[in-house]
Amino acid sequence: MLFRTAARQAAPLRRQAFAPITRRSVTTDAASAHAENIPEEDDKPFTVRLSDESFETYELDPPPYTLETTKKELKQMYHDMVSVRRMEMAADRLYKEKKIRGFCHLSTGQEAVAVGIEHAINRKDKVITSYRCHGFALMRGGTVKSIIGELLGRREGIAYGKGGSMHMFAENFYGGNGIVGAQVPVGAGLAFAQQYNEEPNTSIVLYGDGASNQGQVFEAFNMAKLWNLPALFGCENNKYGMGTSAARSSALTEYYKRGQYIPGLKVNAMDVLATKAAVQYGKEYAISGKGPLVFEYVTYRYGGHSMSDPGTTYRSREEIQRMRSTNDPIAGLKKKMIEWGVTSEEEIKAIDKAARAYVDAEVAEAEAMAVPENNSRILFEDIYVRGSEPKWMRGRTVDETFYY
Amino acid sequence: MASPRLFRPASRLLSSRLASTPLRPAFAQSACAQSVLRARGYASESGVKEVTVRDALNEALAEELEANQKTFILGEEVAQYNGAYKVTRGLLDRFGPKRVIDTPITEAGFCGIAVGAALAGLHPICEFMTFNFAMQAIDHIINSAAKTHYMSGGIQPCNVTFRGPNGFAAGVAAQHSQDYSAWYGSIPGLKVVSPWSSEDAKGLLKAAIRDPNPVVVLENELLYGQAFPMSEAAQKSDFVLPIGKAKIERPGKDLTIVTLSRCVGQSLTAAAELKQKYGVDAEVINLRSIKPLDVETIIASLKKTGRLMVVESGYPMFGVSSEIMALAMEYGFDYLTAPAVRVTGAEVPTPYAHGLENMSFPQEDTIVGQAAKLLRV
Repeated sequence: MLFRTAARQAAPLRRQAFAPITRRSVTTDAASAHAENIPEEDDKPFTVRLSDESFETYELDPPPYTLETTKKELKQMYHDMVSVRRMEMAADRLYKEKKIRGFCHLSTGQEAVAVGIEHAINRKDKVITSYRCHGFALMRGGTVKSIIGELLGRREGIAYGKGGSMHMFAENFYGGNGIVGAQVPVGAGLAFAQQYNEEPNTSIVLYGDGASNQGQVFEAFNMAKLWNLPALFGCENNKYGMGTSAARSSALTEYYKRGQYIPGLKVNAMDVLATKAAVQYGKEYAISGKGPLVFEYVTYRYGGHSMSDPGTTYRSREEIQRMRSTNDPIAGLKKKMIEWGVTSEEEIKAIDKAARAYVDAEVAEAEAMAVPENNSRILFEDIYVRGSEPKWMRGRTVDETFYY
Repeated sequence: MASPRLFRPASRLLSSRLASTPLRPAFAQSACAQSVLRARGYASESGVKEVTVRDALNEALAEELEANQKTFILGEEVAQYNGAYKVTRGLLDRFGPKRVIDTPITEAGFCGIAVGAALAGLHPICEFMTFNFAMQAIDHIINSAAKTHYMSGGIQPCNVTFRGPNGFAAGVAAQHSQDYSAWYGSIPGLKVVSPWSSEDAKGLLKAAIRDPNPVVVLENELLYGQAFPMSEAAQKSDFVLPIGKAKIERPGKDLTIVTLSRCVGQSLTAAAELKQKYGVDAEVINLRSIKPLDVETIIASLKKTGRLMVVESGYPMFGVSSEIMALAMEYGFDYLTAPAVRVTGAEVPTPYAHGLENMSFPQEDTIVGQAAKLLRV
């Protein structure tokens, strides 16, 4: 306890005038927003009032506690989250059937982060994340088929079967990085390029609570602030870095304060609406030339760290069960949509069904893809940009040397 | 700065101008002052000029920054200080702070930023004050830069250039005296070049910046102040050397000496001595590129001479010379008339004391002695 007090005191304590007097943490309630007078039309905007426990700020004015949205958008968000979860479940099954090899990190429970972010930015904004990247790859324009195809190591995979679970790329999506924390300075580099090219865009740079202690994260913070790069650093705090809880790894577990000289924002990222509101606000902040922000997306992963981790040795089954049953991002949005009359129960069932059918069909197509040919042309392609390759690359033996 | 005592006779023959650059305050010069032109030596009748490696590198950087707006340089002390070794002298004045960027002393961070900017389509030049410090950032050079194109199935190129001095300098002891040729040379996805002369330096650095892949340019601090003749063609802004092509610096028929970087100069001196003392003609091959390696030129030479000696200043175990000897056995065994030999750095963390340092790296007499032994002269 002493330690924790000391750590808090070490952080600058300038309070905003509007900050509540008592300290409190953000809620993880996925169904805490309010809306009324919902219009009939699907694309007519209306205002959602977010819970006043959605955000916590550090040296920053909080985002508005309201969000403009439409019925159509809410339905799309719901569809997206269901799709991500369904896809992750398919990956889980295929892994257990031994069709997926190696590492496979699922984001079940964390869907509101990828979906909320994507709905707050546009396709010219850039995203880079850690190895838990399937949901982001899908949101950035990858298809379920190409993502599952990649997991199966197929030629039609999003990275032609060369990257696997942790290395998926799409336009303005830069992975997928297998080295914990390495994506953070790379992400700052993406923001650097946006500033260099004078683009009115931001880079979303995600890492986990485990990675947040990497030295290079702080190096990236320093230069991002020094040069006012339009980067939105974001710690996806799912409470555990592999099996080590945040409190056992981090001297300060308030990750949104760890930018020290960078303002921070803690977000209830079990709520896709709060996530969207926060990122939308952050993007405006970043591209207005004010520089970077450090986000903390408070979230929870239902499964283990990776497929080899049952996820129950370092936390109780009750904890997982409680989050699943009371804080689930998909169930939360569903509850609100019905409560507000955005959709009927039947309609939401239909969305559910359609999303699942779409994912299942794509997964089936991926499973039906041919196993790639094992030849050296495929093996050696794309080590270098085409046309700039060396004359040859060595195989296992002199005889296997491949000539371009 | 290089110290005169380390220059061998060969370099003295090349009329080494030990440019002891006076430190000058930032922004002292007007924007139009082009240090490149000022620093050049005087022209000879044939149009060949004496240019130091430092100025050749500076010229390459200036030309590429001029030619391509996507190119910028970042690193420690590259801008206001004009470069720790003055390689980037005058670039800030000429191209401004947007394109010549001082970074904090955080190699992992700024190397990662350079890689990220490259992934986003820019063409960064990332200077390391020395490659010894790049060990802090080697994860980004290898995992973030070299592997991404392959991992993405070819959709995500990374046009970044990493450059800085590599290998030992004078009296800087173990942590500042390592040669990383073999480290980077072993990584698929990287290209690695190691210039010796001013023409090498300019042509290879320009090629590296233009190459769409991540390229590591391993310069040598002890060569920065050394002047080399530069042909008229090499003085032009369109001068580029192909990556992956070695250069025969001295043709010969009795022995092939394969070498790189500063050891090229030493090997040339040794070859001259071999000729003078024993009447043998050694062929000296300047590798220029470490990856891809020009095996063809090496084997063609081996075919002619039948004898191979590799000279480098890296560690002997698992090094560039080990690789070349293995390749010689695989591709040139039948041409060898004697076992191939190598002269390398000693397997020791570089000592500070002068005499011990000399014992740790190839000297001309080491090369001559080994060659004589190999040739049984």
